[in-house]
Amino acid sequence: MSNLIESFGDFTGFWMVLGQIALFTLVLLISIAFLLLLDRKIWAGVMMRKGPNVVGPFGLFQSFADFGKFLLKEIVIPAGANKTVFILAPILTCTLSFVAWAAIPVAPGTTSGTSWVVSNLNVGVLYLFAISSLGVYGIIMGGWASNSKYPFLGALRSAAQMVSYEVSIGFIIVTVILLTGSMNLSAIVENQSGGFWNWHIFSLQYFPMIFVMFPMFVMFFISALAETNRPPFDLPEAESELVAGYQVEYGSTPYLLFMLGEYLNIVLMCAMMTILFLGGWHGPFDLGDVVKDWPPLLLSLSGLFWFMLKILFFFFLFAMVKAIVPRYRYDQLMRLGWKIFLPTSLAAVLIVAGYVAYTGVQS
Amino acid sequence: MAVYAFWILATIVVLSAVMVIAARNPVHSVLFLILAFFTSAGLLVLIGAEFLAMLLVVVYVGAVAVLFLFVVMMLDVDFVELKQGFLSYLPFGLLVGAVFLAEIVMASFAGLENHVGNFDASPGAETNAEAIGQVMYTQYMLLFQLAGIVLLVAMIGAIVLTLRHRPGVKRQSIAHQTSRRRSDAFELKDPSSGQGI
Repeated sequence: MSNLIESFGDFTGFWMVLGQIALFTLVLLISIAFLLLLDRKIWAGVMMRKGPNVVGPFGLFQSFADFGKFLLKEIVIPAGANKTVFILAPILTCTLSFVAWAAIPVAPGTTSGTSWVVSNLNVGVLYLFAISSLGVYGIIMGGWASNSKYPFLGALRSAAQMVSYEVSIGFIIVTVILLTGSMNLSAIVENQSGGFWNWHIFSLQYFPMIFVMFPMFVMFFISALAETNRPPFDLPEAESELVAGYQVEYGSTPYLLFMLGEYLNIVLMCAMMTILFLGGWHGPFDLGDVVKDWPPLLLSLSGLFWFMLKILFFFFLFAMVKAIVPRYRYDQLMRLGWKIFLPTSLAAVLIVAGYVAYTGVQS
Repeated sequence: MAVYAFWILATIVVLSAVMVIAARNPVHSVLFLILAFFTSAGLLVLIGAEFLAMLLVVVYVGAVAVLFLFVVMMLDVDFVELKQGFLSYLPFGLLVGAVFLAEIVMASFAGLENHVGNFDASPGAETNAEAIGQVMYTQYMLLFQLAGIVLLVAMIGAIVLTLRHRPGVKRQSIAHQTSRRRSDAFELKDPSSGQGI
């Protein structure tokens, strides 16, 4: 991050960073529009419905139509609401989920040792963890400021849930950090080069660790579902009990911001899984000699392709889980987080730390 | 540019810290406290201590302040009653504040002579995290472990204080629920007409 601040010193660096931020924002917004449609289409497909198919060919422009509708509707603020906090909550949610993308490396750089990332932080993993732990504020603030029963109950549920699963996510991230020996996201991706068997999910270069890392990956996926309040852990917005949880009093643009933040968080979690466990921008095979003479830009673009493909794969899994798995009961959710995931991930940290200390792979 | 960033962040920290005690609504106070924490993390990033900054956000903003917010929201605080007796407490508050201010001023003047201009956020190591780890796990190993034990004792104490086994509470046993088979729950009968079971 000090790089980012130093780059403000010279004028070109400042505009470069601004341009990168604008590019990330634009690409993310457009991708979210189509991912939202994909989510609905997959959900509809599982239920043998057609899904949105009216606006544009195959309903491709449905999200844009919804966007226009949300923007043009009137913003209703309940009479007893705490106005400032009520408006601030969705803005905070949306901003935080955009800010987290600053540390995500999406492709290898054109010169070796660099990567396509807005800010190549030394503590990138920790930064993502810190920002995602702030996400709970948008929900608590929204639920409290609405000054109404269901939103408040939903917000309390959600806060408890997110705090619980953050703990196990933290420990799972620690296992990856231990194997890599660095908290830099680009370094974590580089540690998995050389073919799909070297990805942390299989981690054959640290042979017996596959028996630890694969379960850790599955647990990270489940925790990511809980952390983003997706089904089967969508207790905060369980419509049969709480109407829509913390979003009950929200409509038009504030609701749009909440929804945008939610989907950005989902894609962020997909990107985190890709980077931590699935090799980031690395393809499944190391084509070192074949692609040696390719122009560097083409190599970067192929890295970007693999990164996006993996994110899309995880998003598909998220959508399928939403369509297939029934909702958890609240006590089951808490039991899973505290009594099963926490001890298991703690044990995994011990095992991986013991392995790293015993074999000395990091020194 | 970093100087401007410092002044902007420092102003926000001081203003939000003032608002923590000046805000009428306790929830707003906690929200300003969170803003103060977050901006201090920004200040830590400015001096190159990015690891500390992230830890500050994760621990204080992500966990401790959430609990504060929970408690303040759940308590039905009477705002009028809270503001009563302000004048009688004022001398004590001023005294404590003056002592804190004096300590900070003395500490920073003692430190200034040594550290101004050659401040190193990660002495003797590549990154911040490594520098802290090296000091914490070698020089201060014993104190670090003792702090861990103190926390463990506090945690067990909190659990013991709040754990109550009330009789007559219906509890869910997940192992029992998931091990249920169809044969345990269903019984097929074939009642003949006009007789029932």
